Amino acid sequence: MTINRSPYRASAPALALLPILTIAIFVIWPLGNIFSRSLSWEVITRLARNSSIRQVLWFSTWQAIASTLITLLVAFPVTYVLARYKFVGKRMLLALVTIPFVLPTVVVGAAFLAILPQSLHRSVAAILIAHTYFNIAVVVRMVGRRWEQISPLIIDAASTLGASPFKIFRTVTLPTLATAVRSASAVIFLLCFTSYGIIRVLGGPSRATLEVEIYSRAVQLGDLSGAAVLSLFQLLILGMAMWWWIHTTRRPNNLARIQMYATVPQTFRQRITVYGISITTAIVIAIPLMMVFVRSISTDSGMSLEAWRLVFGNHVTGLGTRPPLGAFWTSLQFAIATAILAGVVGLAAAGAIAYGSRRIGQLEAIVMLPLATSAVTLGLGLLITFDSGITDLRSSWIMIPIAHSLVALPVVVRTMLPVIRSVPQSIRDASTTLGASPWRMWMTIDRSLIARGWVTSLAFAGAISLGEFGASSFLTRRSSATLPTEIARLLGRPGDLVQSQAYVLSSLLIVFIALSLLAVDGLRPDRVAT
Amino acid sequence: MRKTLNLVMALGVTGALVMMSGCALKSTPSDSTGATETTVNEPITLTLLAHDSFTPSEGIFDAFTAATGVKVRVVQGGDAGELVTKAVLTSGNPEGDVLWGVDNTFLSRALEANVFAPYQSKNFSLFDPTATAGIPGNEVTPVDTGDVCINYDIAFYAQRDLTPPLTLRALTSSSYKNQLVVPSPLSSSPGLAFFLATVVEFGEDGWQTYWEQLRANGVLVVDGWTEAYTVEFSGSTGKGDRPLVVSYASSPPAEVLYANPPITEAPTAVASLTCFRQVEYAGVLRGTEHEAQARLLVDYLTDVAFQEDLPLTQFVYPVNINATLPDAFTQYSLRPENPLTLEPNVIAENRAAWLDAWTQIVLR
Repeated sequence: MTINRSPYRASAPALALLPILTIAIFVIWPLGNIFSRSLSWEVITRLARNSSIRQVLWFSTWQAIASTLITLLVAFPVTYVLARYKFVGKRMLLALVTIPFVLPTVVVGAAFLAILPQSLHRSVAAILIAHTYFNIAVVVRMVGRRWEQISPLIIDAASTLGASPFKIFRTVTLPTLATAVRSASAVIFLLCFTSYGIIRVLGGPSRATLEVEIYSRAVQLGDLSGAAVLSLFQLLILGMAMWWWIHTTRRPNNLARIQMYATVPQTFRQRITVYGISITTAIVIAIPLMMVFVRSISTDSGMSLEAWRLVFGNHVTGLGTRPPLGAFWTSLQFAIATAILAGVVGLAAAGAIAYGSRRIGQLEAIVMLPLATSAVTLGLGLLITFDSGITDLRSSWIMIPIAHSLVALPVVVRTMLPVIRSVPQSIRDASTTLGASPWRMWMTIDRSLIARGWVTSLAFAGAISLGEFGASSFLTRRSSATLPTEIARLLGRPGDLVQSQAYVLSSLLIVFIALSLLAVDGLRPDRVAT
Repeated sequence: MRKTLNLVMALGVTGALVMMSGCALKSTPSDSTGATETTVNEPITLTLLAHDSFTPSEGIFDAFTAATGVKVRVVQGGDAGELVTKAVLTSGNPEGDVLWGVDNTFLSRALEANVFAPYQSKNFSLFDPTATAGIPGNEVTPVDTGDVCINYDIAFYAQRDLTPPLTLRALTSSSYKNQLVVPSPLSSSPGLAFFLATVVEFGEDGWQTYWEQLRANGVLVVDGWTEAYTVEFSGSTGKGDRPLVVSYASSPPAEVLYANPPITEAPTAVASLTCFRQVEYAGVLRGTEHEAQARLLVDYLTDVAFQEDLPLTQFVYPVNINATLPDAFTQYSLRPENPLTLEPNVIAENRAAWLDAWTQIVLR
């Protein structure tokens, strides 16, 4: 590990203040309120003895581990191809594999039920398939970023010394990727452990994760203390997992250069590998998305654009006379607000982690806290926390972008960290020699080098907000519907045309998300670096 | 290139700030309801809390504002269960002034937590008497009713020359093996209503055996109404392979109204002896600063004009007996004469224990 002291080290604590305050005010305080109101020993011991709770705990854990391992395996080939090669349609493929990650479960769940054979409905297999589908992007983006920086010189050297390709992979590639693989696994594990929508729609009523159990206790049974105890369990388990993860992961080298080594496939075999893997992955990812579009135009008697006409004509719809496209503008406003909020807080957090001491580096785990927190419990906590005077934010519009930002924050931090870390120290050293103050140095060197990465993370946060459905639907009340909530509403009503309209809105959502993701990858730094 | 990027960033930030301040300005008058004192010049805005299925016609409250000078802002969040959970937590310091959409399966929980300020609507004498049964203290006002019933795929039984099952008992007959799909009572409101129907029909000691028989007869339990009706049921969009489903008495008219291409005969029908009556209520939230205006709004929600908007926008029946039903409703929908009912307090007392027992019998 290279010891290096960042010239910005002194400012790290100040930078850390913003994300710490955000998490403290909008996560820890409300959780503390709900716990202090509803926890009691009696409930804790009652639930600890309950065998069905132990079953739920066991199921949450093993399906999350299985989902993580399967996702790593399935995502490996496409990660390799995207990291090591340049080819036609690369940017499209990168955007395509990312779409599922930000799509709301309400859309994908329905599409999956339509594609999967009856025998897989309400099965563990369906859950694992869907979790893999959603999380391929995490591996592609987190592991791929590291993989594309392995210099071919090292590999050539190893091969000259007589190492077989397998040995090179095992002794050179894998150890280099280890940290990134661990980070990606941690994120996937968290997301799958707390999975809610997929479990309910695809797993059927007899399977529950802790999150599903918490929801059903709080909302269906009115057992708030039970729900609070279980969310505390969940927080403790995931907190320990994150602690373990942080303390066994080496901090990556701050001097990693933005050097990309992707090459154009040369040999016939390489071309077959690259295009074979890309095309297969693209097809597998695209099928459920296409299904959504197909369902928007199919009827008993062939194709029909009637549902599209209704949505765009703002006629009478499945929701009375409410114009469905109104939801689009609402979603867009929230997406922009989320991008700004998460962008600013995330930049501060990533800066503090990259520039600061190892202790401040633990912020990396703290910003993951929203992912480990039960959305229902947090939502109820916010409700009793911000409930009086000027802090009565309960029915204010700002709560929605705040909730979306909490979800997007870990992603923004993870997108920004490698960018900030890859600013070459040598340039900074040169400017110190020339007598620049740290502030001037940051403004002239770092700012311009990370600007692109920052805009990327903004687009990512915006895309997450567009597709966000799970957490925010419990986190807050809303006076205007977003696209995902409007889709859920339409899917909840009978009538072919109503259902088709839900798929029209879903198709539109996919298109908007795809566009914002293309913007993400259009701005990736690899175009400058080569 | 760098310059353009900086420009993009600057534009983005400025745009967002403008947008945010715009939103803030726009929302100031309505958000300040709690804090400011109302003067004669400043119109009051009432906040109506509702579940996600509350979708009345656009501009439906304009007439109310014209008559009273009071504006209405609708704030939605979650399903009926989430609505009640939040109302219980904020009892006495409510998020809004009037709440729409607590139903008879959740009512007792709200009443125990003292969520509402009692009020008897001026329209009280016009209400369907079955809808006012569970609320002797007038804590809430009924606003609409609906029936959860077995729906069947007409073509399926016609093709096989079979009689569709018309009673709950018939569902356990081997002629209907592997034909029924139901949403889980643990997570779905029609699912719970159907479960309660079986409790009323077979008694507190009999429903357990009945569900064992249903299970033996291949009942499929899914998470929610959407999966049951639009995926597994054969009579609707999903063209699944089960011809019997738990849905609403108003589902057949919806199939006709939203058919594409248009049809004149409903493809599905309702078994009227299997229906459970759901009643939805609205109420003035205890702790509101505008109790007088909130009461006016409750009256407006039960006036004929508002009640007549309900069937086609939300597929429920009005409670005001003077409201007339649209043709599509009277033509394709069947109004069960003697639906099964259960007192809200009985539901509240037994709900958790019943659902625990149900889980053991059906899901394990």
